[in-house]
Amino acid sequence: MSRVRVLVGTRKGAFVLTSDGKRDRWDVSGPHFGGWEIYHLKGSAADPDRLYASQSSGWFGQVIQRSNDGGKTWESKDNKFTYDGPTGTHLWYDGTPHPWGFARVWHLEPALRDPDTVYAGVEDAALFRTTDGGQSWQELPGLRTHTSASSWQPGAGGMCLHTILLDPSRAGRMFVAISAAGAFRSDDAGTTWRPVNRGLKSEGIPDPTAEVGHCVHRIAMHRSRPDVLFMQKHWDVMRSDDAGESWREVSGNLPSDFGFPIDVHAHEPETIYVVPIKSDSEHYPPDGKLRVYRSRTGGHEWEALTKGLPQSHCYVNVLRDAMSIDTLDPCGVYFGTTGGQVYASADGGDSWAPIVRDLPAVVSVEVQTLP
Amino acid sequence: MIRVVLPAHLRTLARVDGEVKVDVAGRVTQRSVLDALEAAYPMLRGTIRDHVTQQRRPFLRFFACEQDLSHEPPDAPLPDAVAEGVEPYLVVGAMAGG
Repeated sequence: MSRVRVLVGTRKGAFVLTSDGKRDRWDVSGPHFGGWEIYHLKGSAADPDRLYASQSSGWFGQVIQRSNDGGKTWESKDNKFTYDGPTGTHLWYDGTPHPWGFARVWHLEPALRDPDTVYAGVEDAALFRTTDGGQSWQELPGLRTHTSASSWQPGAGGMCLHTILLDPSRAGRMFVAISAAGAFRSDDAGTTWRPVNRGLKSEGIPDPTAEVGHCVHRIAMHRSRPDVLFMQKHWDVMRSDDAGESWREVSGNLPSDFGFPIDVHAHEPETIYVVPIKSDSEHYPPDGKLRVYRSRTGGHEWEALTKGLPQSHCYVNVLRDAMSIDTLDPCGVYFGTTGGQVYASADGGDSWAPIVRDLPAVVSVEVQTLP
Repeated sequence: MIRVVLPAHLRTLARVDGEVKVDVAGRVTQRSVLDALEAAYPMLRGTIRDHVTQQRRPFLRFFACEQDLSHEPPDAPLPDAVAEGVEPYLVVGAMAGG
């Protein structure tokens, strides 16, 4: 029977949650790296026991950890993320030029077919890559040196590159998203980039339809249709059917179109999930009800999924990297909250139960489906 | 032999218990002690000093012999008691709470 392994990054350590395919009884391991912020952990699709973790601290900076045995043991790897060449400036919150400076790794994306190759999205926004399993990291500077980069500005959480999507069917095509610069696409394995934000509208920037400057919170794709992208923006849920060339809003009947994560069902490419949050200044669910919303039509028409989720006095947030999908049938959906709960649904979102209730604030959730 | 006391999180990262002892060839300074420490424990590179600038990370302090040496020049000699192994060189995480 297949198994699942849920990798949870929190403000105070990492946790590994495992279950068989029924997904009703769980073993909990952790905290790993207790006391450190774990922004993201992710396993390699090519070697599921190869895991990478971004461990950081305001005191001690960035550490990269690697496991070769599914999270039982870890070894620290190279933590030197040095921008390639002159760093230049981006805009600071007050609109003045501010020199680029490395703060932390937000997201680690292992390559689809090589467990030693991993992409790292960092703050201040840039893309790095290792091809030796984390022994060394090199920047792919074409993104940070894009002609628009001097006009990029941080979102409230920092100017972070938080989303990396690798096209499984077109070699060299990848997407990234940066808060608050927007979405970018490369068709040459990260050497050159161009903004793909046409159709986005953001009232919080001087030109609401500008080429860059949009606070994209998350992008998701289904591996069978990599030209179809779904986006949770600061406000608005968006969809592109042409690999980001153009976007249209699909917020439909959501109670709020503000939120952070978005994800796609493993077997139904038109079924997507979001977690509406009340507003950009009130980061909790509308009406104190924690509801995942599911659209089976690729947007526009949404249904609230509430069974097993708190429907009163709930004021947690669900951060951008804190939702994930397994590939079992029926498909499992997972998300973590800033209140320390990790919820799982083994039936595509129809019903939910907490795996754990009292972890530190959850930053990221990734699930692996194991043989 | 120079004695170095690390904060708990860095002891865990370096997989050591208690004090760390490092050999320093030549002058015993903050720079030479930290260079020796990072050579012996490469996983500590970047966690005490910035990789590029070699500046002390802002929320760390360096103490020895009941003195705060955090703002001393990195190539200034450390107190004789540290150089002779009588007193430890302390890397301390700045207090935070509330």
